[in-house]
Amino acid sequence: MLTGWGRTSPTAATLCAVHDEADVVDAVGAATPERGILARGLGRSYGDSAQDAGGIVLDMTTMSGFTRDGSTLRAQAGASLDDVLRAIVPEGYFVPVTPGTRFVTVGGATAADIHGKNHHVEGSFGAHVRRMRVVTGTGEVVECAPGSDAFAATVGGMGLTGVITEAQVDLLPIATSRMRVDTERHADLDALMAAMTQGDHQYRYSVAWVDSLSPAGRGVLTRGDHASLADLPAGTDDPLAYDPRPRLGAPPWMPSGALNRASTRAFNEAWFRRAPRERRGEITSIPAFFHPLDGVRHWNRVYGPRGFLQYQFVVPDDASALVGLALQRLREAGAPSFLTVLKRFGPGHDAPLSFPMQGWTLAADIPARIPALRDVLDALDGEVIAAGGRHYLAKDSRMSAQTLSAGYPQLARWRAMRDALDPRGVFASDQARRLGLTLGSAP
Amino acid sequence: MINAVGQAQSVLVLGGGSEIAGAILRALPAARLQRVVLAGRRSSVMEERAAELRGRGIADVETVDFDARDTASHGAIIDAAFDAGDIDIVLLAFGVLGDQEALESDPAAAVDLVTANYVGAVSVGLHVARRLRQQGHGRLVVLSSVAGDRARRANYIYGSSKAGLDAFAQGLGDALAGSGASVLVVRPGFVRTTMTQGMSEAPFATDADAVAAIVVAALAKGRETVYAPAVLRPVMAAIKALPRGVFRRLPG
Ligand SMILES: Cc1cc2nc3c(=O)[nH]c(=O)nc-3n(C[C@H](O)[C@H](O)[C@H](O)COP(=O)(O)OP(=O)(O)OC[C@H]3O[C@@H](n4cnc5c(N)ncnc54)[C@H](O)[C@@H]3O)c2cc1C
Ligand SMILES: NC(=O)c1ccc[n+]([C@@H]2O[C@H](COP(=O)([O-])OP(=O)(O)OC[C@H]3O[C@@H](n4cnc5c(N)ncnc54)[C@H](OP(=O)(O)O)[C@@H]3O)[C@@H](O)[C@H]2O)c1
Repeated sequence: MLTGWGRTSPTAATLCAVHDEADVVDAVGAATPERGILARGLGRSYGDSAQDAGGIVLDMTTMSGFTRDGSTLRAQAGASLDDVLRAIVPEGYFVPVTPGTRFVTVGGATAADIHGKNHHVEGSFGAHVRRMRVVTGTGEVVECAPGSDAFAATVGGMGLTGVITEAQVDLLPIATSRMRVDTERHADLDALMAAMTQGDHQYRYSVAWVDSLSPAGRGVLTRGDHASLADLPAGTDDPLAYDPRPRLGAPPWMPSGALNRASTRAFNEAWFRRAPRERRGEITSIPAFFHPLDGVRHWNRVYGPRGFLQYQFVVPDDASALVGLALQRLREAGAPSFLTVLKRFGPGHDAPLSFPMQGWTLAADIPARIPALRDVLDALDGEVIAAGGRHYLAKDSRMSAQTLSAGYPQLARWRAMRDALDPRGVFASDQARRLGLTLGSAP
Repeated sequence: MINAVGQAQSVLVLGGGSEIAGAILRALPAARLQRVVLAGRRSSVMEERAAELRGRGIADVETVDFDARDTASHGAIIDAAFDAGDIDIVLLAFGVLGDQEALESDPAAAVDLVTANYVGAVSVGLHVARRLRQQGHGRLVVLSSVAGDRARRANYIYGSSKAGLDAFAQGLGDALAGSGASVLVVRPGFVRTTMTQGMSEAPFATDADAVAAIVVAALAKGRETVYAPAVLRPVMAAIKALPRGVFRRLPG
């Protein structure tokens, strides 16, 4: 049985490990349209994106080799950013984009066109992919580059255009493995958003944590960049040392036991207080800055057996009021969220299903068991769409087909490209079935 | 697909006119519901149910001829329903209560009843399970009865058919473990519906909407067995533990 990171909607499929491109070609060639076939990376998408009930799911993590040539990474699709970082950080390189966890694959990062704290400056993952090899629905291997339809449809295409087997990605040279971070606490949402609007462009990385239970919308803004050699204290022996070993137990700030309003309130209070009112130039590590949750194994289980979802949308700058409205609605619904993250996006990618676009994105983790949630989120979907926004497929586990198509005006263009790449209609996912993503597709 | 917050997209009802099934269709979160197939013997009740569902804005509502006793037809009926698209929830809701006294003096009528309630359920249940297994997801809700927990003098023919159905449904649920599909066995007590019209109420009598609320909650929690009302679980446990001599002398 497979689920996404949120552990909702388990379904069964035949899981099939692939070791090289030839395995993928064989598997896709043998697949039939009835239940279809789909690639799966590390299953860090929250909902049903990497599931294909009754079909064949290719476990890509057994295709995980990679090499670095100067500032170019050539990786098999199942390589994890965790493995890549362990190899390249000590050599003075960093991945162009990292999500809040390093346990994602290069294939998953491309297929979801993921964004990181640097989106406002450097765009999404797909913007740094130079070439990739894709096994399309006919079992053909296509080598594609930016500018081609195969590339545009596959970046953000959620595995539905083909199986990415290999990608060539531009890396970022770094002088040290440390981060130089500025932290600011803001007592309300307006102040927080104003600070982001005014100052984000001065930083490569920026993200804000918002106290989901605070009516004012207080939050903590952390921004920074890779530290230079001069930033490090004199006598640092290895400026490129990198040790992401997971901590054994849950750190003290992790809400323990069943997550509820009381534990979330206590956590949020502590998290806010823990941050300094203002601190400049703090030196911290890559894992502490980018992947704090990766130190806690299975933290997704704190939400109980019914799992959780992450509600993430983006709205254009002129609809920034939606951020406060969404926080208010979720608070009213009694949804305790200890992970609520606000970020400003830069301009989007031209891939038709890519999520980011210029504006504000809010992401909130919410337990799925709250009954009021259904209607609250459906109503919120409508407001996001009316404001010209959309929802992130890698996080989605519940939106409607109408919400999807209203949010992605280039859906028809994507479908046409997809049909050309998969004329037999063999690529399928639970999410695609739920949203009619490939609808109108052959056969 | 049933999404992360329990919104289903498609439902197949076997026994399309059942009042309890109708209540379940009303109680299910319906914002994503786009397809309902009502399978049953042609009746005005079933057509009215279909009209009601269309009136609620469900795009694709279909009625299909289905007789539980005609087991030879089941494979094709189930295949047609699933071929047109995945089915998230199947409600196995058909059933006949019968008149115990009449049945005792008419063995052929008794056979007809158990053929519908038990044999028909085994047949269609296995066809449904085959398709749920293939699609790798889906819930089968089986309307059993407390009458199957311990057959009473007053309705042991019906009771025995429900006992068989209940055992079958539990075993089917175990057989489906790991397939992505699962079975929810529902054991209502006395429910005020057309089936029980004119009968004197048993203790803990309830109505179809209350049963439906319990079924919908049990689906959300992923439960495998549920009593309606819930108090019947301990009550039936006690009744099952009674010695025969005592049980036989109970009223009703
Ligand atoms: C704690 C946490 C924090 C996160 N933070 C962020 C964030 O900051 N920004 C962000 O953008 N996302 C974030 N995510 C989401 C995550 O980055 C994406 O869901 C990503 O796609 C996960 O990669 P994966 O390898 O686990 O892919 P999976 O979840 O296994 O698959 C995701 C999709 O990619 C497709 N896919 C996977 N491999 C291939 C392949 N080889 N070829 C074709 N298609 C493929 C799958 O079919 C599926 O549709 C976060 C997730 C978690 C759990
Ligand atoms: N009501 C109660 O007190 C109670 C208690 C416990 C369990 N249950 C069970 O719950 C289920 C639903 O009952 P209900 O209360 O909703 O009663 P209902 O409204 O009478 O529904 C029963 C349905 O079964 C259908 N049916 C009977 N024989 C059939 C056959 N051979 N083929 C196809 N369909 C057939 C009936 O259709 P027709 O119109 O064609 O006959 C009717 O639509 C039944 O299984 C029942 O045994 C009911």
